[in-house]
Amino acid sequence: MNLAKLRPSAQILPVLASLGVLILLYAGGCVAFENFGSLRVLINLFGDNAFLGVAAVGATFVILSGGIDLSVGAVVAFTGVLIASLIGHGQPPLLAIGLALAFGAGFGALMGALIHLYALPPFLVTLGGMFLARGLSFMVHPESLSIDHPFYGEFISQTLSVPVSRRLAIPFTAFALLAVVLAGAALARWSRFGRNVLAIGSSESSARLMGVPIGSTKILVYTLGGFLSALGGVVATFYMQSGNPASFVGLELDAIAAAVIGGTLLRGGVGYIPGTLVGVLILGLIQTLVIFQGTLNSWWTRIAVGGLLFVFIVLQQLTARRRE
Amino acid sequence: MSAPALVCRGLTKRFPGVVALDGVDFCARGGEVHALMGENGAGKSTLIKALTGVHPRDAGEAEVDGRPVHPRSPREAEAAGISTVYQEVNLIPDLSVAENICLGRQRTRFGFIRWGDARARARSALARLGLELDVDRTLSECSIAVQQLVAIARATDIDARVLILDEPTSSLDAGEVAQLFTVVRRLRDQGLAIVFVSHFLDQVYALADRITVLRNGRLVGEFPVAELPRLQLVAHMMGRSVDEVEALRHRERPAAAPGEPLLSTHGLARRHAVLPLDLELRRGEVLGLGGLLGSGRTEVARLLFGLDRADAGETRLEGRKVEFHSPADAMRAGLALTPEDRKTQAILPNLTVRENLVVALQARRGLWKQIPRAEQDRLVADFTRALGIKTSGPEQLIRNLSGGNQQKVILARWLATEPRLLILDEPTRGIDVGAQADIERLLAKLRDQGLAIVFICADTAELSRNSQRIAVLRDHAKVAELTGADVNEQAVMRAIAREAAA
Repeated sequence: MNLAKLRPSAQILPVLASLGVLILLYAGGCVAFENFGSLRVLINLFGDNAFLGVAAVGATFVILSGGIDLSVGAVVAFTGVLIASLIGHGQPPLLAIGLALAFGAGFGALMGALIHLYALPPFLVTLGGMFLARGLSFMVHPESLSIDHPFYGEFISQTLSVPVSRRLAIPFTAFALLAVVLAGAALARWSRFGRNVLAIGSSESSARLMGVPIGSTKILVYTLGGFLSALGGVVATFYMQSGNPASFVGLELDAIAAAVIGGTLLRGGVGYIPGTLVGVLILGLIQTLVIFQGTLNSWWTRIAVGGLLFVFIVLQQLTARRRE
Repeated sequence: MSAPALVCRGLTKRFPGVVALDGVDFCARGGEVHALMGENGAGKSTLIKALTGVHPRDAGEAEVDGRPVHPRSPREAEAAGISTVYQEVNLIPDLSVAENICLGRQRTRFGFIRWGDARARARSALARLGLELDVDRTLSECSIAVQQLVAIARATDIDARVLILDEPTSSLDAGEVAQLFTVVRRLRDQGLAIVFVSHFLDQVYALADRITVLRNGRLVGEFPVAELPRLQLVAHMMGRSVDEVEALRHRERPAAAPGEPLLSTHGLARRHAVLPLDLELRRGEVLGLGGLLGSGRTEVARLLFGLDRADAGETRLEGRKVEFHSPADAMRAGLALTPEDRKTQAILPNLTVRENLVVALQARRGLWKQIPRAEQDRLVADFTRALGIKTSGPEQLIRNLSGGNQQKVILARWLATEPRLLILDEPTRGIDVGAQADIERLLAKLRDQGLAIVFICADTAELSRNSQRIAVLRDHAKVAELTGADVNEQAVMRAIAREAAA
């Protein structure tokens, strides 16, 4: 009768499942396409999806707390335009990046404060945040703005990247992604803040009676989400060398999809940060497969992601049901 | 018995329009179990909430070990030495046992939580209660009883002087209650002052050393258990004389005069829930369903009412074969069910008494044929009077009623559909003595009016008091059917135990 005892880690099952899918996709790609197994593809997988990964870690924290952040894409876009515009006006890049990160954190804190103080639904508050940040991006600059500064040219793409061969280097953005995932995982697993986030997401009323500081934790988690969205925006400027107010529409949904595929429950309380990295890599790998295939249209990426999401949420429901 | 661990003087708490707590004195000594008794609305919960900082008090003093305390939050109360375990387990379902014991008090090194330390502390907190559990298990995978014990372990992990147990037994079966009591006695012997709130008189008399009785927010008195006969306790709680209570208790035993069969099942079964079951329900008869928690009582009710589908056997209604695919089917056939968990399965907390009352009738008539407001008001007025529901009016939100009155509204909801068969799953759980007496009286009246009633109840005394026939379940199967003179507590117990021994 006591099946649960045999499977103490029912929560980690979805993460293992998505890891399996990731490996299958990668192995499938290697078998089907020449060069798919090359180091370059692997490095690009991390480099190309770094901004999504960084933002998705923030989104995962918000989801773990039982909330949702719809402003991710708009904040990423705003950050890019802000940096491009500040550098265009002759400001030093580090100052521009610092201001962008401060804006992201402040914006998140503001949304978190509204959600907590007025007991508003996170969906609506961050929906407002999404419109606001998107509109502000167009106010900063109405169209795409390229970044032309030696810091961005040489420093980021050459000095900060690690060469592995004469023609191949691991970009700085890939390291940024790994660093954020590691830091996020440590924060979720080994800090009181991280545990409080999970506790609130699992049962806010219990957490309150157990003495968990609800307000500060909630505000902090949206601050973290905003900060990581902004950091995702910074990483995106390294990758794109420009800022565009119309870009990254719907990125928040990719981030949510990555978190859910990576084993995070949308209701909160259950999930793993490394799982989100797996989710991001699955999304990236599907895209890479579609590109390698060559004849498929890019919308096949979306179709595959949609199908995968269905499979994963059903899987989660089934494991949850068995646990009851 | 040692010096008072907790002393309260003149505790007062006002809510808009009500004085919920009116100058109450209360004192609990280290090394004693002190029961706090009173009907719903007597002020027990308010007193506890004032002590735990959920509702800061308006006036009065509280001291723990002679130090004045004035908690403004549960955390401050814990810091002052007052820990609480609530009726509904207030822990985090998705976290591990160890983490639930240590959450918010984890020791860290360089800002990193020391998980080894947390596990060790959890193990030793459980060991103090004489328990050995896998502390890495996710809490939601543990039974409610174990969760309750984990909550106690959490409460005593810190330096608690006073442990408040607020109805900790209402979802436990007899074996689990015994385990809980062993733990509580152990903690008492370690010198803790334990405040025990319960509706179960047997449990209070089994566990408590002294009893404080509240009524209408005022202190009635404090009594050593040995000097307070049960009848006197009930009289104090109800504010009636012992003679009045005596009369209530010894009302006529239900006469067994069963009518013709209404509904019968033959080999009705559902995998993992109910083993093939033969039952016959007759008009004008209360059939009790007895058995331990988890023996399949609720599952039988769900099956009869079409909430779950049977995968074998058949149901006959007045001899004709019927199949209920949904509660709506069952309702159309004249069945009604008041579910076990009033809060989550029965009441619509944000709707009014009137809306809660008419909802089943409305569903039965069809959502396009709205019941005229005049008829709704008449229904509410009739049932409020007939069942003695205490409300400030039909437009009061049901969540603001006491448990007993909520249960009466739920009963009225179903009686309004004029059912032929009424299934009551634990209708008296968690409600006060007065409301319980009302509901038992109503049961007899409905039976005499010719209704067939299925009465599910964990309390064997209450079960045998109100039933003409009792089907005893164990491990999802019917193991005995008691009739006539066999309808008594001992026979029910024997039926459960005999099968357990086999």
